[in-house]
Amino acid sequence: MARALISVPAKAARGEIITIKALISHHMETGFRHSTTGELIARDIITSFVCRYNGEEIFRADLSPATAANPFIAFYTRATESGTIVFEWTGDNGFSATEQAAISVE
Amino acid sequence: MVALATAASPVAGGEIPADQRRSGYDLMRRETQAMQDDDASNPGMLWVLDGEALWRLKAGTANKACADCHGEASASMRGVAARYPAFDAAGERALDLTQRINLCRNEHQNATSLPYESKELLALTTYIGRQSRGLPIADPSADEHLRASIDAGRQIFNRRQGQLNLSCAQCHDDNWDKQLAGNPITQGQVTGYPLYRLEWQGIGSLQRRIRNCMIGMRAEPFDYGSSELVNLELFMRWRSRGLAIETPAVRP
Repeated sequence: MARALISVPAKAARGEIITIKALISHHMETGFRHSTTGELIARDIITSFVCRYNGEEIFRADLSPATAANPFIAFYTRATESGTIVFEWTGDNGFSATEQAAISVE
Repeated sequence: MVALATAASPVAGGEIPADQRRSGYDLMRRETQAMQDDDASNPGMLWVLDGEALWRLKAGTANKACADCHGEASASMRGVAARYPAFDAAGERALDLTQRINLCRNEHQNATSLPYESKELLALTTYIGRQSRGLPIADPSADEHLRASIDAGRQIFNRRQGQLNLSCAQCHDDNWDKQLAGNPITQGQVTGYPLYRLEWQGIGSLQRRIRNCMIGMRAEPFDYGSSELVNLELFMRWRSRGLAIETPAVRP
């Protein structure tokens, strides 16, 4: 599975706005480049990123060929309850990666 | 084609004084600096994670991992990257860190060498380099065996080459406070290698960076692992002595 780095605060106060960061290794081949022998290199990118907080979708992004390699996504959410935040990336050629982090809300 | 902005000039044609040595980090935009500073956003950390996994992975017919001899890298590899390239007494030559890793693989793991710029070799080098983050680069001239190599590297650094007839020193010693096509000319301080270059969309070694520069000068680049590149690396480390290691750095 692809290497991913996620950053979620381990603890937060109820109602606090927290920063969530997700970085994943992927070469994001655009599908527009040619090899040294002239053949088109097939597109191979991550197409979708979804983040769920205790099962509820809180963030979604569609990625395009213009997205740089090793996409980094940062966003904010409100800490409502303790639980698990799940990250899911899907893409071309059956690419799929999942990570999760626990958060404790007091 | 070479546009040089006017600014106060440093002493032309000489070595950069210690109090004026600056990492390329200082010349970057705030956004790129922030990307490097936060391990959660620094893409070089992906290679560090890969390197850590390789450090513990048994390899070769000896079926040994790096960790089986060297233990925890945070202790055993701390400061190592700050003193490479180093002199190898058995081979009687200077070796850079990638060559040392491959020698270790050949001799102690009975494994094949990892190719230059391969994902595995870059990951291991980055992981080892990361253990020295914040430590000052050692002065390689303290080892008398290395002085001839440093001098050879200095000669290459100062020699005009390529169709543009430029030397490394003309940009990186004489004009580092100016701009080239709108971008700052750096001092060429080797604090962050292997580093994540946004232009590369990946991690690359100092040798790759030097070869890039040589292609820009329209010179024939030295081969990976050649003694010329190792001597240049060594001289550049001497130029950067005292500056702190940033591996894995992020550069535009």
